[in-house]
Amino acid sequence: MSGTDIYHEMIVDYSRNPANYGEIENHDVTFHDSNPLCGDSIDIDMKIDDDKVTDIKFHGKGCAICMACTSVLTEITKGKSLDDVKKIEKNDILSELGLEHLQAVRIKCALLSLKVLKSALYTYLGSHLENTEGIDNLKTEAENLY
Amino acid sequence: MQSTENSFEHLKNDFPILKRTVRDNKRLVYLDNASTTQKPNQVIDAITDYYRNHNANIHRAVYALAEESTEAYESARDKIAKFVNIKNRQELIFVRGTTEAINLVAYAWGRPHINEGDIIVTTEYEHHSNIVPWQLLTQEKRAKLEYIGMNDDGQLNLDDLDKYLATGKVKLVTFSLMSNVLGTITDAEKIIAKCKAAGVPTLIDGAQAVPHMKVDLDTLGCDFFAFSGHKMLGPTGVGVLWVRKSVLQTMSPFHGGGDMIREVHKYETTWNDLPYKFEAGTPNIADVIGFGAAIDYLTKIGMDNIRQHEIELTTYAMEQFAKIPGLQIYGTKDIAKRGGVISFNFADVHPHDVADIIDKEGISLRSGHHCAQVLMERLNVAATSRASFYIYNTKADVDALINSLNIVAKVFKL
Repeated sequence: MSGTDIYHEMIVDYSRNPANYGEIENHDVTFHDSNPLCGDSIDIDMKIDDDKVTDIKFHGKGCAICMACTSVLTEITKGKSLDDVKKIEKNDILSELGLEHLQAVRIKCALLSLKVLKSALYTYLGSHLENTEGIDNLKTEAENLY
Repeated sequence: MQSTENSFEHLKNDFPILKRTVRDNKRLVYLDNASTTQKPNQVIDAITDYYRNHNANIHRAVYALAEESTEAYESARDKIAKFVNIKNRQELIFVRGTTEAINLVAYAWGRPHINEGDIIVTTEYEHHSNIVPWQLLTQEKRAKLEYIGMNDDGQLNLDDLDKYLATGKVKLVTFSLMSNVLGTITDAEKIIAKCKAAGVPTLIDGAQAVPHMKVDLDTLGCDFFAFSGHKMLGPTGVGVLWVRKSVLQTMSPFHGGGDMIREVHKYETTWNDLPYKFEAGTPNIADVIGFGAAIDYLTKIGMDNIRQHEIELTTYAMEQFAKIPGLQIYGTKDIAKRGGVISFNFADVHPHDVADIIDKEGISLRSGHHCAQVLMERLNVAATSRASFYIYNTKADVDALINSLNIVAKVFKL
């Protein structure tokens, strides 16, 4: 899957008007990552109250696939409990945008934001928990997404 | 000069890969030549002939095959020396490519010569391979790395160079002869003259220039020069470092091992003659021979004809690009000051999306930071799309690119 198939209305619209774009000044956690080969670069800020993501925003630069996937991811995440955020999988985003069969070379564009989200969650829990044993799988998951 | 279009059209026949189709049975339009070039039959055949008929290690055994392989390897050195007018073959060292060549200089020349407080000067439009080795060296030595800035026309501000040279602390000035992103041809004569007057050695990254224009190292007057075979029809994994002999004699070895030694005892070793002192281990024999075949091929066409062909193609491409609303070209519009590399952005469409969409049309276009993130920062962009031409490209290839950009415009409702 490549070329014009993946560039449907929703993707193009999100690339022009990404959802939840911006920064949260008094965030509880922020995380940044980039793809060294293509230069996509994403920061995610989250406000967390009572183990729930009450606000999430992102900023950065990336292609249409990256912008659309990050938009969808923030929409899915907002309002979810941290336990539910832990359970978000790559297909939750890809299927929302019809990108299940994205070619390997573009998958990193689509999943960068999920990597950043999982890493942000790991960072947040790491600084709020007595020990990180229970959340190490989050870190592994982020590192092995693509 | 007459149009070279017709005389270059038939060259496509020498390149088997250009006959294949890609994606949905589309003709392959290969426009990523600044990254690597395709290989003609003559180069592919030279490599297979070596492995089929002559394979043996060089510089060691006395049997027939070893003599043949040594002769083929060393005659490639002579061909390449002649091609860029290196008078002394002892100054031509085979390496893996430009990156290794620059790292070799940073290690074998830089470590003994650079001290705390010294300055190494590079430019804002360098490839990472002419930045990172100097960062590693200056960090290790507590020396400083400084940059010659670039103006909005993609030309270097040589006032910056004057300013650094005036400190008396500059120990090396290093720059590319042609930018891999903007195609800018650097005014090397001017930089070298300034550096010579200040007694400062110069290193030139010739990876983008040597494949596309005549380069004469004997008259250029720099001290180090590097280029790669695979960007000029040769195989990957082979390149050249040239170092002026008087400088080469002050350098320590890069790698220790076979072929670079004269005598090895338990606790001491004496070095082989130049250039072998810097060619440790069994070299990339087959690909050096393939590189030699590429040199033969380019010599037959003539570098001035190649430059002329690329000037015509680039002029045509720039004219066509100028007709597309929202398409921004980076670097100078003055064809005399640029090679056949065109970086651009198309309205607000990210270069990866451009490249992905037109790939469907069979077009290989590069998108990204092109290993030049310092330049991307200077241009204030995350990435660009880049078309880069070589001898087998034609106006039909440019037309295919322009047509595919219309599809991008449609998808993104530009």
